[in-house]
Amino acid sequence: MNFVALRMLMGDRAKYLGIIMGLTFASLLITQQASIFVGLMSRTFGFITDTGLPDIWVMDPKVQFVDDIKPMQDTMLLRVRGVEGVAWAMPLYKGLLKARLQNGNFQTCNVIGVDDATLVGGPPEMVEGSVANLRRAESVIVDDVGAGGKLARIPTDDNGAPIKGAKIEPLKVGDTLELNDHRAVVVGLCRVSRTFQSQPVVYTTYSRATQFAPRERKLLSFVLVKADAGVDHAELCARIKRTTGLEALESAAFSWTTVMYFMKYTGIPINFGIAVLLGFLVGTAIAGQTFYNFTLDNLRHFGALKAMGATNGRLLRMILLQSIVVGVIGYGLGIGLASLFGQLTGKTELAFRLVWQVLAISGGAITVICALSAVLSMQKVIRLEPAIVFKG
Amino acid sequence: MVVVNGQPGGGGGGGGVPGNGASGKAPGGAAVHMRGVTKHYGEGTARVMALRGVDLDVQQGQLMMLVGPSGCGKTTLISVIAGILDRDDGDCAVFDRDLSAMSQRKRTLWRGQSVGFVFQAFNLMPTLTAAENVAVPLMLLGEGRHAAVKKASELMTRVGLEDKIRSLPSQLSGGQQQRVAIARALIHEPRLIVCDEPTSALDHETGHVIMQLLKSVALKEDRALVIVTHDQRIFEFADRIARMDDGRIMKVVNSAAELNNTK
Repeated sequence: MNFVALRMLMGDRAKYLGIIMGLTFASLLITQQASIFVGLMSRTFGFITDTGLPDIWVMDPKVQFVDDIKPMQDTMLLRVRGVEGVAWAMPLYKGLLKARLQNGNFQTCNVIGVDDATLVGGPPEMVEGSVANLRRAESVIVDDVGAGGKLARIPTDDNGAPIKGAKIEPLKVGDTLELNDHRAVVVGLCRVSRTFQSQPVVYTTYSRATQFAPRERKLLSFVLVKADAGVDHAELCARIKRTTGLEALESAAFSWTTVMYFMKYTGIPINFGIAVLLGFLVGTAIAGQTFYNFTLDNLRHFGALKAMGATNGRLLRMILLQSIVVGVIGYGLGIGLASLFGQLTGKTELAFRLVWQVLAISGGAITVICALSAVLSMQKVIRLEPAIVFKG
Repeated sequence: MVVVNGQPGGGGGGGGVPGNGASGKAPGGAAVHMRGVTKHYGEGTARVMALRGVDLDVQQGQLMMLVGPSGCGKTTLISVIAGILDRDDGDCAVFDRDLSAMSQRKRTLWRGQSVGFVFQAFNLMPTLTAAENVAVPLMLLGEGRHAAVKKASELMTRVGLEDKIRSLPSQLSGGQQQRVAIARALIHEPRLIVCDEPTSALDHETGHVIMQLLKSVALKEDRALVIVTHDQRIFEFADRIARMDDGRIMKVVNSAAELNNTK
C-alpha cells in the first residue's frame, strides 16, 4: 500500500508542493539562521583558532573571554615554563593601539606581539611576505582586510583634503605606519579569521609590541603553552593553576568560555533563537496545516480503505510514509538552499558556518514538524468511522 | 443465533415481521442471518433508534434489495451486515461468523477478505488509474502491485473497460466509474457484496447496464448481494426485496409487483 500512499500524496500537486515548500522554508530558515549564529559565535574565538600551535592558554584568572585582556607580569612566563609537563611556553601580547595614518587620521589597531625568537602565535596564513620578516627592525605584518580598508591610503590634494572619486590605495609591503609615535614598516600581509573586533590586525614581535604599547608594569596578555608529549592537557592545566595561581585553559575550552561569555552577556542567542523559532513555527503552520488539510481532503478515501479492510495500523503507516517522504524532500531542499546561500556568501562579511550540529538540529526540527502533522492526521484517521463512505 | 438449513429459527424481536426470514429461493445456505438486531446513535435527548429489532435472512446466491424512505435505517443495516458498525443487541451472523464476537482488527481484516463494496459516490481514488483502483483490495490483502494490477486489468476486460485500464477516474463517465467500482468489489472474490445506491448517480439506461453487470458477473451460488436503493427502476433485478421503515423490516417480498401490491 506504500504505492497507494505515495500516489495519494503526489497526486494532489498543489497540496504536495505546498507541504514541501513549507518544510523547505522551515528547513532553510532554521539552517541558515543557525549557521549564521554559529558563524558569528565562531568569530568570537577566531583569534584562538588562528593561534593554532599551543595546547593551553594561560591567563589572569579574571579573564572572561579572549578580548578581555588583563595583563600579567612578564615573570609569569618564567613561572609557567617551570611547571612540569610544559614543553614550551611563549609570551603573547594583545592590545589595542592607535596607528596614525598618512593623512593624519588615527585608526585603532589590534596589535599582536609574538615571541621574538620562535614567532609562535604569528599569523595563520601569509598573503604576501613571510612571518620571518618580523625579525627585521621596526617590522609589522598587517591583515589584508585592514590593509585594503581602514589602513588604506586615501589620496589627498595639496591641502591634505581627500580627492573625491580617487581610488584608495591599499597599504602594501614597504609602506610605513606610525604606531603610538613609533615607526613601523609593513613587511608582509596576512589573512586572519574575522572576529567581533573590526580593527585591523597588526602582528609584530613581543618586545616591539611592548615598546609600541604605553608603558605599564604588566604587559603580558597570555602565555601560550605546549604540553610535553603524552602529558594529559587537563592535568597540565590543573598543575599550572596550582603552581602559578593563573587560569589555564585548553584551546577548545578557552574558545567555549569565550562563546559562553557572548551567549550570556549579549542578545545574540535570543535574537537568533527567535529567528529559528519563527522558522520552526512558520514551517509547522504551513506544512502542518497543509498536511492536515491533505488528510482531511482524503478522509473519504481513508474511510473507503478502512471499509475495504485497511487496519488502523496500515493507514497509520501510510500517513507516516507520506510524512517521511515530504519531510526528507523538504529537509533536503532546505539544507541544499542553505548550503547554496553559504557558498554564494562565502567571500562576503556574512558569518555563515554550517556544521553537522546545525544539520542535526534542523533535521530534528523538521522531524518534529512532520511528526506533529502526522499525529494530527493519524488521530483523525483513527477516529474515522468507515461508515462515512455510505454517506452520499 | 439459530440457523437451520438457511431457515430462520425464531420470530425475532421488536419490529420483526413473522416470515421475514423466509427465502424466496435458497440455492445455498444463509449468507446473512439477523435476529432482533438493534442499533442506536447518540445519547440522551439526541438518542435515535436506527434499527429496532431487525430480523433478516439473505441466502447465498441471492440478490437482496433493501428499500424504504430516507432515514429508515437501510444504510445502518447494510453497515452492520458488512461489519462496519457494531450492533447494540441481537444476533448477526454473516456466513456463519458472529461479527460482534470479533475484535475490531479481526473484523476489519475479515471485511477485506469477505466483503466487496460498491458505493453511491464510487469512492475511487482520483490519483490512481482505473486498474490501480480495482487492484486496491488485492494490495490490501498483501498482493504485490504488479500482480494485483495485472489481475485488475483482466477483470476490467470482463466488465467491458479494457480500453480504460490506464484512465484516471476523472476521465471516465459515471457509468464507467461505477463499473470500475464493481470490478474493485469483485477482484478479491468476496462472498458478500454490499452496494449502496449503486445506480442513483446514473441515468436509467446506464443504471440498467450496471445492474445487469452486477447480476451477471457478481452473483454466484456461494455469494450474496445486498443492495440499498431508492431506485424503483432496478427492483426487477432483485431476488427478494425487504421494505424498511422506522428501523424495522416491514415486509420481505419476492418481486417488485408483490411489493407494490402490499403497500
